[in-house]
Amino acid sequence: MSSGQFDFALAIGGAAGQGIATPGNVLARLFTHRGLRLNAYNAFQSIIRGGHIFLTMRISDQEIYTHGDHLDMLLCLNQDTMTRHLGLMRSGGSVIFDSDKIKPGESPEGVQLCPLPIKALSNKSRNKVIQNTIALGVSTYLMGLDFDALGNSLKLQFGRKGDAVIEENTTAARAGYDYAAEHFEAYPVPVATGPKHLALWTGNEAMAMGGAAAGVKFYTAYPMSPATGVLHWMAQNARELGIMVRQAEDEIAVANMAIGAAHVGARAMCATSGGGFALMTEAIGAAAMMEIPVVFINVQRAGPSTGVPTKTEQGDLWQVLGASQGDFERLIVAPTNALDSFNIIPDLFNLCDRYQCPGIVITDLLIAEGTFSVDPDDLDFQPKIDRGELITSGEGNGEYLRYAITESGVSPRALPGLEGFVHVVATDEHDQDGVLISDEFTNPHKRRRMVEKRARKIANLVDQIAPPTLEGAADADVTLIGWGSTYGVIKEAVAQLADKGVTANHLPIRWIVPFHVQAVTDIVNNAKRTIIVENSFSGQFYRYLRSETGLTIDGHIRKYDGEPFMPHHVVDGVLEQLAGKTNHFVPIQEIMV
Amino acid sequence: MDGIDTRQLVLDPQKASDFKGKVDPDWCAGCGDFGVINSLRKACLELGLKPHEILTISGIGCSSNTPGYFNSYGMHTLHGRSLAVATGAKMANHELTVIVTGGDGDGYGIGGNHFAHTARRNVDLTYIVMDNEIYGLTTGQVSPTSAQDMKTKSTPFGSVEFTFNPVTSAIMNGATFVARGFSSDTKHLSMLMQQAIEHKGFALINVFSPCITFNHDNTVEFFRPRIKRLEDEDHDTSDWKAACEKAMVWDDTIYTGLFLQVKDRPSLDAAEPVLAKGGAISRRSLGLSKEQGEKILSRMM
Repeated sequence: MSSGQFDFALAIGGAAGQGIATPGNVLARLFTHRGLRLNAYNAFQSIIRGGHIFLTMRISDQEIYTHGDHLDMLLCLNQDTMTRHLGLMRSGGSVIFDSDKIKPGESPEGVQLCPLPIKALSNKSRNKVIQNTIALGVSTYLMGLDFDALGNSLKLQFGRKGDAVIEENTTAARAGYDYAAEHFEAYPVPVATGPKHLALWTGNEAMAMGGAAAGVKFYTAYPMSPATGVLHWMAQNARELGIMVRQAEDEIAVANMAIGAAHVGARAMCATSGGGFALMTEAIGAAAMMEIPVVFINVQRAGPSTGVPTKTEQGDLWQVLGASQGDFERLIVAPTNALDSFNIIPDLFNLCDRYQCPGIVITDLLIAEGTFSVDPDDLDFQPKIDRGELITSGEGNGEYLRYAITESGVSPRALPGLEGFVHVVATDEHDQDGVLISDEFTNPHKRRRMVEKRARKIANLVDQIAPPTLEGAADADVTLIGWGSTYGVIKEAVAQLADKGVTANHLPIRWIVPFHVQAVTDIVNNAKRTIIVENSFSGQFYRYLRSETGLTIDGHIRKYDGEPFMPHHVVDGVLEQLAGKTNHFVPIQEIMV
Repeated sequence: MDGIDTRQLVLDPQKASDFKGKVDPDWCAGCGDFGVINSLRKACLELGLKPHEILTISGIGCSSNTPGYFNSYGMHTLHGRSLAVATGAKMANHELTVIVTGGDGDGYGIGGNHFAHTARRNVDLTYIVMDNEIYGLTTGQVSPTSAQDMKTKSTPFGSVEFTFNPVTSAIMNGATFVARGFSSDTKHLSMLMQQAIEHKGFALINVFSPCITFNHDNTVEFFRPRIKRLEDEDHDTSDWKAACEKAMVWDDTIYTGLFLQVKDRPSLDAAEPVLAKGGAISRRSLGLSKEQGEKILSRMM
C-alpha cells in the first residue's frame, strides 16, 4: 500500500435471511459510483435461512487485489457478528450495532462502538430488515458522505419496488444518519473519490459475459454452487442476446448437449463445480475424440465429494488434469481475477475452434462469487473471433474427409447441413473418413496415424501463448509461485513484505495446459528461494509443476480450511520460512466465518 | 401373423444407395437391425429427404453403429448419451432432421435419465430404439427390457427384476408420439418411421429387433404369432389410457403400431423464444453488437 492511498474495509455480518445482500449492494454501488476500486468477499454457508453470513468489502482509490486483512467498519446485524469479528477491527474503526438486541464485545483500542436504539429509530417499524437501512445511514455519516449519495443509491436499489418502499428506506436511512451526526464521530478522512464511475460485477458474471462476447450461442448447466451465477446471468440475458440456455437433468446431459450444439456450429459453454465436472468427464474425452470445440468451466469449491459447497479451494487441479480416459488434446487455463476470466474465455474459444478440441477453465469460488469493481474502459465486448478452419457454406464434391491427415493436424471442419460434406464423427477410433477402425480388424498403422494427427494440433501451441512472467525485482530474496486465484493475495503480500524489508517477487501461472516448461524452469532456476502458495492440502500445483519440470521448490504455504488466504497469511508464511522455522506453513484463519 | 410382410424389404437399388453408408453393417447375419436400417432408408427416401439434411445420432452398442451404415451426417457418441447430444444439436440447428438410433440398454439403462427428460421436453427428434431385450455387444447380459426370470450371463439363475416398458414410460414422461414396431415387419415399420419423422416433437419407436446370437427367448418366431398391429384394431391414438392398456398387453398378443400421438403440444424448438426469429442459432453471427455491449455495461454501472 502506497502512503496516501485511501484504503478502507467494512464488513456486514448476520444470519442468512437478515438481508445482508441489500445493504451490501447499496454500498457497493455507492462506492463504484464514486470511482472507488472495490473487492468484496462473502463468507456464507449452504443454507437459505440462519447460519452466519459475513460480507467483507474493501475499497480504495488505487487498484486493490484482495478483501484485505483488517476492518475499519463493522455492521453487526446479530450477536454472532459482534462476537466473532470484533477482533479484526483496526484502530480508528467503528462498530455499528443494534443496542436493543446486541451486547457489545470488548473492542480493541481505538475502536468506536456505535450502539443504535433501533426500536426507537425505526419508529417501531415491523419491517424486520429496516435496521439494515438505519445502519446504512449511520455508516454514510461516519464515512463523511453527503446523505444524498446514499439517497440516490437507495433509489437505484429499491426503484423497482415502488415509491412507498423508497420512501420508507430513505426515512430510515435519514434517521440513522442524523442520529450518527449527534452521537458518533465520523472518520477523520472521508471516503475518497476516483476519477470516473466504475462498473461492478462478480467473477461468474465476468465469465458469462466473456462467453457472450465470444459468441456463445448455447449455454447449458445444472445448478451447482459456486458456478450457478453463470447460469443466472445467461438465463437473464439469453433472450435479448440470442443465446440458447438450457438447464439439463444432470451434468452428463449438460456436457453432451454442449457437444451436440457445438458440432452443428454453435459456440457452446457450460459451467459447474467439481462434482458436476466429475459427471462431465467422459464427455470431455468424447469432444476431444470427435474433435469438437466446447468450453467447460470448473469453479472449484472445497471437496472432496459434496465437501463444503460454499467455501473455496484449489483442490480440483488433478481432477481436471485427469478428466477423461485416454491420451487426448485439451487446453486448461486458470484465470487470475474476474477481468482475466472475462478476457480468457474469448481467447480460449478461439484456440478451441482453431485446434478443434475441448477447453477447460479452472477457477474457484473466491473469484467466481466475489464482487469486484471493473473499469469500463477495460471491457472489450467485441473481442477477436477466430473460428479456425471451419466450413460453413458452399457445396462439397462428396469426397470430404472430416479427419483428413494434414501437416498441422487440423482437419477442416464442415458443419452438418451442408451438401457434399456428409460425414460421421465418432467416439470410437476412426480413420480420416470417420469410418470406425475399432471394430473388425483394427489397423495399428491407422490408429497411430490418427493419434499423432490429433496430437500435432497443439504440439507447438505453447510457443504461441504468452509465457508466465516474473512480477517484481528479478533478484528478490523470495520468489512466490501461485496459480489462478492466488494472484491477488500474493501480489499484496509482496507489497507488505517490502514494507517489512523483504524483497519478494511473484510468478503467477495461468496456463496449465499447455504448460510453459522452459519459461518456468528458467525462472525457478534463477530464483534465490522459492515458495509455492496454494489453496490445497496436498500441494496439487506443486506436484504438477514437479511432474512437468522435475523442479523442487524450497517451501510451501498452504491453506485448506475453506476460507481464502488473506495477504498477511502469506506474509507470515514467508517470514517464518526466512527465519528457518519451517518450510511448510499453514496459516490459521483467525476468525470464525 | 396374417398380413405381416416378413420378406427382406426390396429397395430401388439406385435410390437406396442414397442412404447407404460408407461401410456395410457388421451385424450378425439374421440380426433384426437389418430390417430397421432398411426401413429407415425407405422412410427417408419416401419422405424425399436428402442425406445432408439429416443428422443421425447414436450412443454405443450394436444398433448404435447405425450412423456408420447410413448415409447422412452422423454422430456416434457415448454410451447412453445420444439423446443429450441430439437435444443440443437439434436446439442449435432446428432446421436439421435429427434421428437418434440405439438399443434398449443404451436408451433405457445407462441413458434412462435422458430418455425421461427428452420425452418431457418434447424435443423434435425421432428416436428409434432397436430393442432386443438383451445386451448384445457385451455378449449377453440382462437389459432393462429383459423379461423377468430371463436367464442371461449376468442372471444365470433368472432375473428377479421387473421389466421396463418403454411405451408406457414414454407416455408417462410426456412423449408426444409413441409407437412400437417389429424389425421383420418392415413396411409397417417404415410407415411408422415416416410418421415419426414428420411428427413435430419427441417420437419414440421401440422396435422389437431380435438378437439372433444372445437372446433365444425373444426371437422372430416368438414375436411373429403374437404381433397385432394397432392399425388393424379400433384404437384411438389420442387416448393415452387406452394406449397404456394396450402397451401393457404381453401374452398371446403383443401390439405394434402407433399407441399415442399428441398434436397440440409444441416441440421444444417451437416453444423456445430465442428461436422465434433469426433461424438456427448455429448459423447466426457471433459476438455482441456495440449496442448490446453498452447495454450490458449500463447494468453494471
